[in-house]
Amino acid sequence: MKKKLILFCALALLVSAALGACGQGSKSSDTQATETASSDNGSDTDTTADDGTLSATEPNISSDGTPTAGGSVVVGMTQDLVSLDPHETTDAGTRSVVFNMYEGLVKATSDGDLEPAVASSYVISEDATCYTFTLRDGILFSDGTAVTVEDIKYSIERYARLQGETSSFAQAVDSVVIDDENTVSIYLTEANSEFLAQLTVAIIPASNDDPAGNPIGTGPFRYVSYSVGQNLILERNEYYWGDLAYLDQVEFKFIADTETAFTQLLAGTIDILNYLTTSQVQTLETQYSDQFNVVEGSMHLVHALFLNNDCEPLDNVLVRQALCYAIDRDEINNFLFGGASEIIGSHMIPALTTWYEESTADMYTYDVEKAKELLAEAGYADGFDLTISVPSSYSQHVDTAQIIASQLEAVGINVTIEEMEWTSWYTDVYRGRNYQATVISFDGDLNPSDWLARYQSDASNNFFNYSNEEYDSLLEQALATIDTDEKAELYKQMQINLAENAAAVYIEDPADFVAVSVNYDGYVFYPTSAWDMSTVYLISD
Amino acid sequence: MSLQYFIKKLITLIITLLLITLLTFTAFTVIPGDAALLKLDMDATDEQIEALREEMGLNDPLPERYFNWLISALQGDFGESYQYSGVTVAELLSTRLPVTLLLAVMSLILILVISFPLGILSAMYAGKWPDTLINQISQVTMAVPAFFLGMMMTWAFGLVLKWFQPGAFISPSEDFMGCIRYMIFPAIAVALPKIAMVVKFLRNSILNELNQDYVRTAKSKGARSLRVLYCHVLKNALIPVITFLAMVIAEILAGSIVVEQVFGLPGMGRLLITSISARDYPVVQAIVSYITTVVVVINFIVDILYQFVDPRVKTTS
Repeated sequence: MKKKLILFCALALLVSAALGACGQGSKSSDTQATETASSDNGSDTDTTADDGTLSATEPNISSDGTPTAGGSVVVGMTQDLVSLDPHETTDAGTRSVVFNMYEGLVKATSDGDLEPAVASSYVISEDATCYTFTLRDGILFSDGTAVTVEDIKYSIERYARLQGETSSFAQAVDSVVIDDENTVSIYLTEANSEFLAQLTVAIIPASNDDPAGNPIGTGPFRYVSYSVGQNLILERNEYYWGDLAYLDQVEFKFIADTETAFTQLLAGTIDILNYLTTSQVQTLETQYSDQFNVVEGSMHLVHALFLNNDCEPLDNVLVRQALCYAIDRDEINNFLFGGASEIIGSHMIPALTTWYEESTADMYTYDVEKAKELLAEAGYADGFDLTISVPSSYSQHVDTAQIIASQLEAVGINVTIEEMEWTSWYTDVYRGRNYQATVISFDGDLNPSDWLARYQSDASNNFFNYSNEEYDSLLEQALATIDTDEKAELYKQMQINLAENAAAVYIEDPADFVAVSVNYDGYVFYPTSAWDMSTVYLISD
Repeated sequence: MSLQYFIKKLITLIITLLLITLLTFTAFTVIPGDAALLKLDMDATDEQIEALREEMGLNDPLPERYFNWLISALQGDFGESYQYSGVTVAELLSTRLPVTLLLAVMSLILILVISFPLGILSAMYAGKWPDTLINQISQVTMAVPAFFLGMMMTWAFGLVLKWFQPGAFISPSEDFMGCIRYMIFPAIAVALPKIAMVVKFLRNSILNELNQDYVRTAKSKGARSLRVLYCHVLKNALIPVITFLAMVIAEILAGSIVVEQVFGLPGMGRLLITSISARDYPVVQAIVSYITTVVVVINFIVDILYQFVDPRVKTTS
């Protein structure tokens, strides 16, 4: 019987090893974009006059860099896709990939605007309750069939249905009405001047009964094949309405972890790799500069030490301000991103230039004495104990928490770091709000409200428990305002409000380093989830 | 071997399978988070989550869910994956299984072909320089963790010597020989530490047997020592080694998680990890059932092998 016991133990070990390993690599990104539909009055026609002249890198046309059609590229990514169905809820990585296959009535541009895509133009009614779109003349799906207004109606309605009755999108849309064979109107349940950004919802053919298995869209690339856990292969959509993509074929290759992905990059198996670490950037720049260019952009995230504003002693504004003075954001930036990140001071990314309030970034400068004074004033001259909960699978957040812990020691705050498995963090901290402080980053869409509305006192995703009457009224006004300048002014005041009240210790919009093989050029960053391969081209010899 | 024995083994398999799958099922209700929660947007409302839970049947009581799963599984239907919408578990496994099996077979061949001669050699020259040398090398290969070995091999053979292209895995159905060529390196990474262990095991086991009375008897009746070794000693020395090998095989067949990861092989081990973090229990259940079956079946084969090696072992008992 002894040997059986041994075998049984071996099995038990295997299973427990596997279960124990589950802490790693949660598929959900820490920052899923939220489809927040917010209300109110509309500007008319195409007035998204705000340009986010971004950190997007212009294709640096090197001496021989003339874009020519042809060739293929392999892009590495350390996650698999959630679904190819564009109407399913997915994560940032999946959205970044399927961006190449699908387009909505409008689509995001690299500088943070929205431009007409499946629609050629649109009109927003005076009261911002009706958005009317004109179908682009002669536009075809990637299988060569024509896009019709029925497809538009079908897609909007299908998206609302799949998101669920209680989703903000479904609640915002009242009806989709076909006016004639070229125009379609979307009526909203209430006025909403910021709804356009929601209409990047992919338009897909109503006749396709398997959108996940046989994806068809109007994007610059069309679907070829998908192997779970291995790759997604796309090829140029010859029916594309705009400028055709340069590359014949694009492969997105799923790799288990960043180290393996980096090895494959060095071996030439993959040509483009996102989210490099600073040490990887160094390796590339010192040893492989003849093979790779490192393109630098931004992750378009708000990376911060978020605080539970409802928990002692963090419910005291002086304590929160003291934390802001006691934390050296430059040190974090230098350690994690070689100083390449942009320091921020509120919950907004600099890339959204129309809405971004610059002055918040240096409202608090690193000042230990000032922090001590504030703590003494608040009655915590001897400091206090603070627990920072971080999801263990994100080394970036764990590292940040560790740097913060050592910095806070200088002002007498004794930090305990609690590393949690992603799901525990998500259920206890994010949904349960049972925490003191946490390090995480948030993303958002092109709407300022998508970033800022979560601080409204009774917002369901206000896990900071931030409650400020002035803030709530500013938000209400902002949503009701039509004029972009006035709107921007209000959103900027909200950012100042968050900074002054130290709702969180805002750190940075993290830098994103992308390795691109020297054979390619034209990689462009977007402020939304998009790895646009249509601008990438092979450099001809 | 009697039919009775076979039936007994079959019942053991069934009971083990039931127990293990039930345990896995329970484990999923204990750990925080479920597939519905992870599938939705982070800011999904409680109603949305509840609706999806209802739709996925996650709200049904545990026994009911387990029996539903069990009944379909018995009919060969392992259901659909939660993390990859619209993909059946069978489809997922059918692409992964050949990779893991191929890796297992290749590394097993390497283990057998290399460790047996070395083990015997080491025992024959116990205490002399071939033994010391083999011993030293074994120590080192045993001490090196698989992931490090994998990384070093990728670096040396992939990046420096360029004997293979890291990550450029070719599926066996596409180009079988190309696949074999790629798989040689992960197979070595899996096999090396095991080879060292088998060598040590075999050496000690042989030395142990050499001290037995029957060896002295054989020698005293004039048999040459090589003949004694092959005809008498080896047979007996193999028994503990077979037990150990069975564990090794079971481990390899379950999927070498780390090696698969480092070499970018789409095998079972990698699938198991991603499925656990996505709370994709249909996939986890299927893989766990597979692993359990492998272990029990190998156990069964080992029992039969014992009989050939040592007829005193009775399977009817």
